[in-house]
Amino acid sequence: MTVTDDETFRMARGRLRSGAVLAGSVAATILGLLLVTFFIGRVIPVDPVLAVVGDRASAETYAAAREAMGLDEPLWRQFLIYLGGVLRGDFGQSVLTGRPVLADIGRFFPATLELATLATLIGVLAGVPLGVIAAVRRGRWPDHVIRVVTLLGYSVPTFWLGMIALLLFYATLDWTAGPGRVDLFFEGLAQPVTGSLLIDSALAGAWDVFGSALDHILLPALVLGTFSLAYIARMTRSFMIDQLGQEYVLAARAKGLSEARVVWRHALGNTAIPLVTVVALSYGALLEGSVLTETVFAWPGLGAYLTNSLLNADMNAVLGCTIVVGIVFIGLNLLSDLLYRLLDPRAR
Amino acid sequence: MTAMRAWLLDEAPASPAQAAMGRAYVAWRDFAANPLALTGLIIVLLLVALAVLAPLLTAHDPYAQNLDDRLLPPGAAHWLGTDQLGRDILARILYGARITLMIVGLVAVIAAPVGLVVGCVSGYFGGWLDVVMMRVTDVFLAFPRLILALALVAALGPGIENAVIALALTAWPPYARLARAEALTIRGREFIDAARMQGATAWGIVFTQVMPLCTSSLIVRLTLDMAGIILIAAGLGFLGLGAQPPAPEWGAMIAAGRQYLFDQWWVATMPGLAILVVSLGFNLLGDGLRDVLDPRR
Repeated sequence: MTVTDDETFRMARGRLRSGAVLAGSVAATILGLLLVTFFIGRVIPVDPVLAVVGDRASAETYAAAREAMGLDEPLWRQFLIYLGGVLRGDFGQSVLTGRPVLADIGRFFPATLELATLATLIGVLAGVPLGVIAAVRRGRWPDHVIRVVTLLGYSVPTFWLGMIALLLFYATLDWTAGPGRVDLFFEGLAQPVTGSLLIDSALAGAWDVFGSALDHILLPALVLGTFSLAYIARMTRSFMIDQLGQEYVLAARAKGLSEARVVWRHALGNTAIPLVTVVALSYGALLEGSVLTETVFAWPGLGAYLTNSLLNADMNAVLGCTIVVGIVFIGLNLLSDLLYRLLDPRAR
Repeated sequence: MTAMRAWLLDEAPASPAQAAMGRAYVAWRDFAANPLALTGLIIVLLLVALAVLAPLLTAHDPYAQNLDDRLLPPGAAHWLGTDQLGRDILARILYGARITLMIVGLVAVIAAPVGLVVGCVSGYFGGWLDVVMMRVTDVFLAFPRLILALALVAALGPGIENAVIALALTAWPPYARLARAEALTIRGREFIDAARMQGATAWGIVFTQVMPLCTSSLIVRLTLDMAGIILIAAGLGFLGLGAQPPAPEWGAMIAAGRQYLFDQWWVATMPGLAILVVSLGFNLLGDGLRDVLDPRR
């Protein structure tokens, strides 16, 4: 996870430009993204065909793939062909599942979204209050404790934390369910509507399935949420310190408002807009963090699909996932930009 | 001691060397007043010491297998226990510190200068060069770092050299952004005009005047990034894409201990603790350095 505090935040804010420039820059970034994935898939490997079909493919499959990839064409034409395919939603076939990569991604993505959303929710609900407390008690022991805790959240390898959590809460204490998305018994019972097992089972009124799904998601969501908790708490602290030094806070105090009202309503209310950007960025980082978390918890999402494809050298699937996550990243950046403009009158 | 402090804190230093040392002393005093930052520095120094002195600190060979002693719990003979091949876990962690340091060092040595040159050239010259270079930087910034590294290693093939290449390729863009921002503020200053009028070429100015001034914020950023690099490298190792067995890489050690997790917890737990402590050390150090060197905070 790579978001580093205010640096990224300032970068995101620095991208506030006029709409047309914004659209152009998004298009150029996506084009660059595809150029990089094309380069990774076709230029770096010694034999790109082998990388796509795998080394157990028959001679006919090999020849067909070579033909389909247009490897006899000059490089720039190959890129145009590749670009055309991606724009039509054709990411190629997955060697592992034998199905189109995009269909696979569509099947696995909801589980990842569900996990990342719950983790972000945990991060916001715990991170914002911690950040506020640290700012109010700045320089005193609650601030120091929170600083160490948030730095721990930055420093812990999530895959290891996941394993320790399983060891402690599943194997030893038996408080939560183990790996997987739901107990085997309930597998496939809820009619998929949204792809989120929690929502689907609740809609169907299948509360036993819901309970089992909740039991399974809690631990990975908590593990994944530690990072966004740390990030959101640190950013909230620094925004709040800015706000608490403003004159309107002094005025509100002089007016005789209770300290709780000054802090939680006035000051925190004014940090809401920059916090939106922070939450969007941390959401993106969680999609990335889910790669390792899902592997540990056998969570059937995009991250597990990506690592499975990686270990089987299934390049089409790897690059498909890279493109999709990259585009979601760009989309989240764009969304936070737009929200910023919408919510902050000064940015209009 | 008092005379030395007075000399260091002299308001009117007699030489540039005295002024520089005085500044360094003041910065160090700020830094040392922050217990968390000091802890971070100690952890990082300890890591270097442990890596260098590994053969002196343990009698065990990190590669020596002894199947009679496999999966022993922590005890007098093996302080942190043994793994599935009967190798001493403490010895493997100590020697593994060398791998971690090597990865971090190589990535820093490759990525930081690249970012510095790209950023300074981009910021100083401006124009179409700036537009093109920053567009490229933005593309790399738009990629989630771990996933780009994974895709690169998938194409290059697993191994520690390829992991370093992938990490370096994903690490430079923030440095370029940072250096560019610094270069933009420096380029309009008077001493740059003075250098130009003395006949310095544009490239000469970039390399001798602009770059040295960009380095301090770059170092802070680099220190803060170290933890991230360690975590991603460990993640690659965990997935079997980084250092290959039998190398005692911490991430790969955790992966090997995964199947024994519920019965022999120490095999996976110990290397994870090592990663946690070291990346916490770099984070504390970077946090402290930023407080000292960044006047905005």
